[in-house]
Amino acid sequence: MKRIYTLEDVCIGCHLCEVACITEHSRSKDPVKAFLHEPERPISRCTVEEWDGGVISLSTTCRHCDEPDCLRACISGAIQKNDSGVVRIDTEQCVGCWSCVMACPYGAIQRNLAKKKANKCDLCPDRLTPACVEACPNRALVYKEGSQK
Amino acid sequence: MNYVIIGNSVAAVGAMRAIRASDPTGNIIVVSREKHTAYGRPLISYLLGGLITEKRMPYLPDDFYEKNRINLLLGNEVVGVDTKAKKVKLADGDAIAYDRLLIATGGDPFVPPIMGLEDRDNIFTFTTWDDAAKLKGIAEEIERAVVIGGGLIGLKAAEGLHLLGKQVTIVELADRILSAAFDRPAGRIVAKKMKANGIEVINEDTVVSIEGEGSVITGVTLKSGDFIPCDSVVVAIGVRPAASFLKGSGIEVNRGIVVDERMQTSVKGVYAAGDVAEAKDFFSGTKNPMPIWPDAYIQGDIAGSAMTGGDKDYPGGLAMNSIEFFKVSTISMGITNPPDGDEFEILTYLDQETYTYRKIVIKGNTLVGAVLVGEVDRAGIFAGLIRDRADITSYREELLRPGFGFINLPKEVRSALFAPAGKVTEHGQVARAVGH
Repeated sequence: MKRIYTLEDVCIGCHLCEVACITEHSRSKDPVKAFLHEPERPISRCTVEEWDGGVISLSTTCRHCDEPDCLRACISGAIQKNDSGVVRIDTEQCVGCWSCVMACPYGAIQRNLAKKKANKCDLCPDRLTPACVEACPNRALVYKEGSQK
Repeated sequence: MNYVIIGNSVAAVGAMRAIRASDPTGNIIVVSREKHTAYGRPLISYLLGGLITEKRMPYLPDDFYEKNRINLLLGNEVVGVDTKAKKVKLADGDAIAYDRLLIATGGDPFVPPIMGLEDRDNIFTFTTWDDAAKLKGIAEEIERAVVIGGGLIGLKAAEGLHLLGKQVTIVELADRILSAAFDRPAGRIVAKKMKANGIEVINEDTVVSIEGEGSVITGVTLKSGDFIPCDSVVVAIGVRPAASFLKGSGIEVNRGIVVDERMQTSVKGVYAAGDVAEAKDFFSGTKNPMPIWPDAYIQGDIAGSAMTGGDKDYPGGLAMNSIEFFKVSTISMGITNPPDGDEFEILTYLDQETYTYRKIVIKGNTLVGAVLVGEVDRAGIFAGLIRDRADITSYREELLRPGFGFINLPKEVRSALFAPAGKVTEHGQVARAVGH
């Protein structure tokens, strides 16, 4: 399956991947509206980590594991891996117990505290290429076929 | 090939998926004494407290059993296993033949002999959907409940009853609640939060007698002599592997069913997984039952794979809990209460006011345990480091930092995890993987 990979040497630490992710998962899909006017701003599914004021940076996100630890830890069955291999959370079913947060070795599951629901990368079901990858100005994010690591 | 699975919770589901992944045609028969399809067992406290409806209880998509061609026999109890004839015997007298058998019966609540227990109504255990439904069903009659046991099940039962507006007292024999899953400061934070919400917690005491008139409970008498008035009692002392039906089967049962690296029991072709099994511990390698949800899934997966001839080995059980009490998130994993001595190094950060606590347990150059209260985000990174026995030398000072992440790890580790194949390392070295 296609996965999102990171080239940290060319990451400029601009966080545009996070902006794109939030926008894509907002109601309006418009960045200004999503950040300023929507009552519940989504949480970014990718996390940019920085070191030494941004000298080193990289965007980390879900690996859509072959044997997902999050799925195995989920107590409600909200996390499922579909036939194409994409690991998704059914937020209706999620009870916000954070077992997936405890189990994911990639730190790729976010807590939406306002909604008490776990969030994770869904590889943007409405797009051909995930929003974060398209938004990256220096092509530090790559969407291609490959294994989880 | 005939696969028979006794039990229908998370370990059984892990096995069903693993069997179907490599054997699309074999017969799979699942026998469960419960009347429900697989459900999120830990959700019973959410159900009791009214946080979710029964609609949210099913753990699997509606079409799971049909899609995977699984023959499900609900409300059927297995009363014995004849390992010579390779048959399981059902309570109704029927027998089912198997080529490969998985025992995933989970745990039975342990109810100690307490004076007056036999004679009274309104005494409950709290491990099944039906238990929660029964409690909820008579909730209107309950005003004051006593929960015996201050472990995870007891606390969740107490929280559920509290959410229904009931007065609850927890009685715990140890000097603190959550003594098995959490360390002392974390237990104290949770206890503080419970008390602040009006739940009474009594430590170092136990219920010796359930008092009442006829079948009606009037209260409980404690070992200390204290009397607590109540109208109902929840017994939540713990669970024991549900393996008593195996007597005479030749399958070795110690505290749980003893299994090897592939979850096979002492009898060839018979496997066990989940709370009923006694498998090796991740750190010590010694075998003990570990009633942990994610671990049950993993054991089921290993067993299912082995039943179809796979060769995946069990890495060992790693204790892990993520529980929220009154909106305080708590996650613990691995060794959280190490014995005194030089062998372990402990790093801690504590802020009682904001209910924030972080503890890291190090042995040599490896991380072996962590407790997080409050800010639990990305706790799984620690789980990955523990599972991989990663050398933490270069970032050990960073582990306590709230923003600890992959940026603190060596670059080759980060690349191995997140970079595309072919760009994995700098100097052609093979990177050590973290997580999996």
